[in-house]
Formats: sequence, structure tokens, C-alpha cells
Amino acid sequence: MHTFFRILGGVTLVWACTTLLWAGTPAEQLNALAAQAGRSANPAQGQQFFNAQHGREWSCASCHNALPTGDGKHASTGKAITALAPAFNPERFTDPAKSEKWFRRNCNDVLARECTAAEKADLLAWLISLKR
Amino acid sequence: MKNRPLAPVQYAREAPKWIAILALAGLSIGSAWADSKGPMVPPLPKYQAECAACHIAYPAGMLPAASWKRVMGSLDKHYGTDASLDEASVREISQWLQVNAGTYKRVREEPPQDRITTSAWFVRKHDELDPAIWKQAAVKSAANCIACHTRADKGSFSEREITFPKGLDARFRRNWSD
Repeated sequence: MHTFFRILGGVTLVWACTTLLWAGTPAEQLNALAAQAGRSANPAQGQQFFNAQHGREWSCASCHNALPTGDGKHASTGKAITALAPAFNPERFTDPAKSEKWFRRNCNDVLARECTAAEKADLLAWLISLKR
Repeated sequence: MKNRPLAPVQYAREAPKWIAILALAGLSIGSAWADSKGPMVPPLPKYQAECAACHIAYPAGMLPAASWKRVMGSLDKHYGTDASLDEASVREISQWLQVNAGTYKRVREEPPQDRITTSAWFVRKHDELDPAIWKQAAVKSAANCIACHTRADKGSFSEREITFPKGLDARFRRNWSD
């Protein structure tokens, strides 16, 4: 009985660790968003979404550049914004709470509403597809 | 009708809280004003992380408490952008700003739109500049302190640290001594 619980404990620990690790990668965030959207992500649509204006002054590219593989610049403050594509900035999309915070704010600035899970999935798929 | 304690009793009950607040405010009076002479209060790590993600960590002492309160109460409409934050972070940053807000006589006045750049002291300190300078691409706006104040992000605004912005048209040179 003792051994059983020890093994169970070990398995739970490993499972918990991998879940945490996985939630901290762009791929896992993409999977979660695609699952939420109920369809697989479309990177080409993500690129189009990123570079289009959505009825307001700014597009995503206004601050992040049309190709977000290098430094961008905040459209109103001028502060440098590091690359958004994970291959060019390993910190990106490693913290789901942080990703959601910025999606919430920036979608509101660009679209005057929240982004749908599908829009976020498409966008992230495109960002992940940008390789060095 | 419900029985309520007499007003003096209520005040007495809250006395420890007020003593603490006054003591903290007293401590900060000497250091809150980020002038060329005094050192800035080191920013709260949360303030640095959240607010300085989009702009420099403006010294807390550059706005009065009432202005900071309005700023923190309207982060979803923050000078033209959505800067909304989770409640716990808002609370933590607000408390720190209230304790470290400007109390020095020049800062006590609430500037229009709660902008540091519309404060009377700010306008006076920059009145020798050609107003067109704020609109130049190399400066962007009066809120972009670091365009000229090279250590503004460290809360330092000493005159010696002012440099002519890179890429700014030479016709603005006459305002500079560097």
C-alpha cells in the first residue's frame, strides 16, 4: 500500500510539473487557444489580422512593426517594445496571465473589443511560424 | 434606527490608522520631490514592472495624491490606451502612490487632466523651449522625458544629464547647452 501511494505521489508530481512547464510555452498557449476556439489555427489569417486596421487608428503593427521579429516602438510613448515573435524573444508567451493581460488591453486599443479565441490562436500561430 | 457610536468615538477608533498614515506621509515629505537635488524614492517593483512597461516610471512625487487616485481609478482609459490591471496590482500600486505622492508645494496643485506635463512647475521649467519641439519625431511628446533627460528612467532629472535628442533638427540647438 505504501509503495502504491509513493508511486501515485511521484506520478502526480511529474504530471503537475509538466503541466506547469507546458503552460509556459507558446505552443501550449496556442493549443489552449485553438481548443477554446474549437478549430485549428490559421497563421495566414493571423498575419492579416495583425497588419489590418480594425476601425480605429492603430493596428497591432503600429507598435510591433509589420514583421514583429525586432524591436517595435510604442505608438504614443515611443518606448521600445522587444520582439513579439517567440523565436526572437524567448520571454514571449511563457506566462499565460501576462499574454491575456496584453491581449485584453491591446485588442481593446486596436478593435475596441476583446479578441476572440480564434483570432488570438491565428495570431499566435503566425508569430510562432516566424523563424530565425 | 440603528445605534451608531458618537462621531468622536469613531474618530478615536480610527486614530491608529491615521497616525500610521501621517507618519508614513511625514517620512516621504523629504524625499518625494524628484528634483535635480534630491534622490527619488526607489520605485515599488510592481510599479516598475507594470507602469514602466509602456513609459518611464514617472516619479510618484511628480503628481499629488488626488491625481494619482484618479489615474489609478481609470486605467482602462489611460491617456488614450487601455492600461487595465488586475485588482490586486491596482491596489498595491495605488497604496504606494498615495504614500509617495507629491506633497511639496509646487506639486500639491492638481494639474489639468492629471498630467505631469500640464503642471505649472513643468510648464515653467520648460518655457525656454520652442513648443514645436514636443511634436518632433525624436521627442514624440512632452511626456517622453527620456528623449532629453537621459536618466529620467532612474528618476534623475539633473540639468547636467540633459542631452540633445538624436535625430532632432539642429534648429532646436539654441535651447541646449550640452
